[in-house]
Amino acid sequence: MNLTLHVWRQKGPNDSGAFETIQASGISEHMSFLEMLDFVNEKLESDGKQPIVFEHDCREGICGCCGFMINGQPHGGRPRTTVCQLHMREFSDGEELTLEPWRAAAFPVVKDLMVDRNAFDRIIEAGGYVSVRTGSPQDANALPIEKDHASRAFDAATCIGCGACVAACPNAAGMLFTGAKVTHLGLLPQGEPERYTRVVAMTEQHDAEGFGHCTNHGECSAYCPKGISLDVIARMNADLLKAQFKNRD
Amino acid sequence: MTTLQSNAPTGDIETAWDRHKFDIKVVNPANKRKYTVIVVGTGLAGASAAASLGELGYNVLNFCFQDSARRAHSIAAQGGINAAKNYQGDGDSVYRLFYDTVKGGDFRSREENVYRLAQVSVNIIDQAVAQGVPFAREYGGLLANRSFGGALVSRTFYAAGQTGQQLLLGAYQALARQVHDGKVKLYTRTEMLDVVVHDGHARGIITRNLVTGKVERWAADAVVLATGGYANVFFLSTNAMGCNVTAAWRASKRGAFFANPCYTQIHPTCIPVSGGYQSKLTLMSESLRNDGRVWAPKAEADCWDSDKGRVGRKPTDIPEAERDYFLERRYPTFGNLVPRDVASRAAKHACDEGRGVSYEGRGVYLDFSEAIGRLGRDEVGERYGNLFEMYERITGDSPYETPMRIYPAPHYTMGGLWVDYNLMSNVPGLFVIGEANFSDHGANRLGASALMQGLSDGYFVLPSTIGHYLAKVGVRAKSTDWAEFTEAEEQVRARIDKLLSIKGKRSVDSFHRELGLEMWQHCGMARNKEGLAGLLERIPQIREEFWENVSVPGTSGELNQVLERAGRVADFLEFAECMALDAYTRDESCGGHFREEYQRDDGEAQRDDENFQYVAAWEFTGVGNKPNLHKEALEFRYVKPSQRSYK
Repeated sequence: MNLTLHVWRQKGPNDSGAFETIQASGISEHMSFLEMLDFVNEKLESDGKQPIVFEHDCREGICGCCGFMINGQPHGGRPRTTVCQLHMREFSDGEELTLEPWRAAAFPVVKDLMVDRNAFDRIIEAGGYVSVRTGSPQDANALPIEKDHASRAFDAATCIGCGACVAACPNAAGMLFTGAKVTHLGLLPQGEPERYTRVVAMTEQHDAEGFGHCTNHGECSAYCPKGISLDVIARMNADLLKAQFKNRD
Repeated sequence: MTTLQSNAPTGDIETAWDRHKFDIKVVNPANKRKYTVIVVGTGLAGASAAASLGELGYNVLNFCFQDSARRAHSIAAQGGINAAKNYQGDGDSVYRLFYDTVKGGDFRSREENVYRLAQVSVNIIDQAVAQGVPFAREYGGLLANRSFGGALVSRTFYAAGQTGQQLLLGAYQALARQVHDGKVKLYTRTEMLDVVVHDGHARGIITRNLVTGKVERWAADAVVLATGGYANVFFLSTNAMGCNVTAAWRASKRGAFFANPCYTQIHPTCIPVSGGYQSKLTLMSESLRNDGRVWAPKAEADCWDSDKGRVGRKPTDIPEAERDYFLERRYPTFGNLVPRDVASRAAKHACDEGRGVSYEGRGVYLDFSEAIGRLGRDEVGERYGNLFEMYERITGDSPYETPMRIYPAPHYTMGGLWVDYNLMSNVPGLFVIGEANFSDHGANRLGASALMQGLSDGYFVLPSTIGHYLAKVGVRAKSTDWAEFTEAEEQVRARIDKLLSIKGKRSVDSFHRELGLEMWQHCGMARNKEGLAGLLERIPQIREEFWENVSVPGTSGELNQVLERAGRVADFLEFAECMALDAYTRDESCGGHFREEYQRDDGEAQRDDENFQYVAAWEFTGVGNKPNLHKEALEFRYVKPSQRSYK
């Protein structure tokens, strides 16, 4: 099949950037979307031209590296699918596709379709952990955990940190990401002692990074490749409210 | 040739690690902050080591080429992590895990290391649970286990099909805590391009900032490499696109010995190649073989026809009598659950006979219709639903309706830089942990043991053993002005400039693909002397053309993904020769190294313990020159070598 790509090209964070139209011809329907871009890039490279920069690594939908907008939809919009798992059979011959990076003040563009998501790392560094030393903790089975809690904690913990939630949100909020970690650790007894200091530290960092606030659109969850539920934001807000009382001396 | 010493404690193996920890030196807590340790890599081994060293009080510099420490390829491990907890009361023990691992490694690993690994495995689970890693649990709230990879006990802990992700996030969060506390300085999008050796000790590294292109020098008291495996030498593998041999290979060029590079693991259940553009292969968890049945059609007309580009009859239209369930036929006891190397070779054998059912005749069926009939669609969905979804997403076929197609793919590399019992290479001060070292899996790794080794090395072994080295050498002056830094930086810059100046006609990937195909054909699942001899002639030719005709657009002073790949492929083109030579020299079959000349009458691997019961550690002597072979003799005091049999 043949496609027309309108690709966002931007040399760096200070460049204004613009769309460039590139023809992609001879595309097989079995290719993944990123293999289609590899194919296009290999031609550009052989011609001595700058290939399209995009982030990717595992290509199995788990590392969270890849992600950009296809026709305005994060990861292309197929439910529960990262762009590396999206295949060309979803598209038809002659289609025009617009490729853009995540658009958010907290995610400055590095180059073309690649953005800087280290704001997410700083939110985790602010408190997204259990403060336990490497050493000899108690036996793992000394503390049984209700299966339902463990399962819900796991569901929240499956976040891959790709940033699609931020890109999908009209407010560019990072609350699905932050809420997922707050929920994962807050549901487990191991995370309980720091539950209320954690939620405050992480949400403060979230705001400091320039992410917007949640106004319950639900776009984040709809586009989350791991299907993280909006419930994590509700739980984070509830914990934050409780923290206002608990953390008072 | 020298004989290498493992420095493993002698005497009773059960108490060896405890005695060793007492015998080695310990750094005074007040002095720890005076030592700087560089850790390269943030996977399970790297992140857990950096976090643990930071907690201990060392000044840690941690580097990764990804945009975030959380993205290292450990994240993609699906199945689980072994530990000798015996929570199921099914007779497991440290000794049994040790025994299984030595036997599974086909008697080519170091017994003392493996015993320590089995011992430490129980601490890993405790540590991970304390960090909040959400392992699967039973209704009573206790941890669930499953049997994995043909083990006779249930010792595998798991978090759905995302165990690697959850364990890595646990280590990443421990690391984030140290970054927050200022104990670890983390440098992302920074690739290590050389090790600096001063006065015979590893004292620093050279890096390139992948965003700005800046080449920088870093001095330290010790360097830890946790840079993963080299399965991408095959181009197509289940590894992430960025996985590479560069850090390990550049260390090797500075004097570290590369051990057993020919030991590579081919995973039997991956989604087959669908075309020449393919960039990577996707693994489907080994657990599928618990209920899926592997078969190939008996009639040639039902197999792949490359002229038509399709198979004959649809698999669902082929009657039972015309199917060959070749694993069940050849291995009646273990059937579809034989170890990875055995299953992979059997599939290759069927395809070599012309009975493949996928693109270019490479693929066999993995059929769930019997399981669906026996268990019902819902139960099969409960067990494998997420894998079936993934398969359908990639291939467009539903495994509920038609058999999956699978084919073996390179997945893990048991070989790596040689280390002693303290995980230190032969270059003092250079430590190597996780998949990047060679130490614990011998010639074949068992399922759910990679995560165990990465975390064992990073959380529990290295933080003790590195203290021994640091206490012994004491606090020394360090400077990035040393002549060795200048020399290394100049070499790194010259190599980058050279790559950019060629301005040839061929893409980097075209060379990588060519190398990968040669390696897969002649140094893959099965090897023979003639093929390897040809390969050893072919690799230098590809390398020569690369350096004359590769196209690397752009400049060095910017983000340049082609330049990054070019540097890695250039290293693969040197390393591949060492790997092929190792396979050529090892005149026996063992584990993942199958030499066609050395097989028993029944087609199984024929080891030669008399002549090859050693670790082959190769010393670099110049590009294109034959490396020197050093040997570490392997002694089996506890598990007596026997021929593996899964019949």
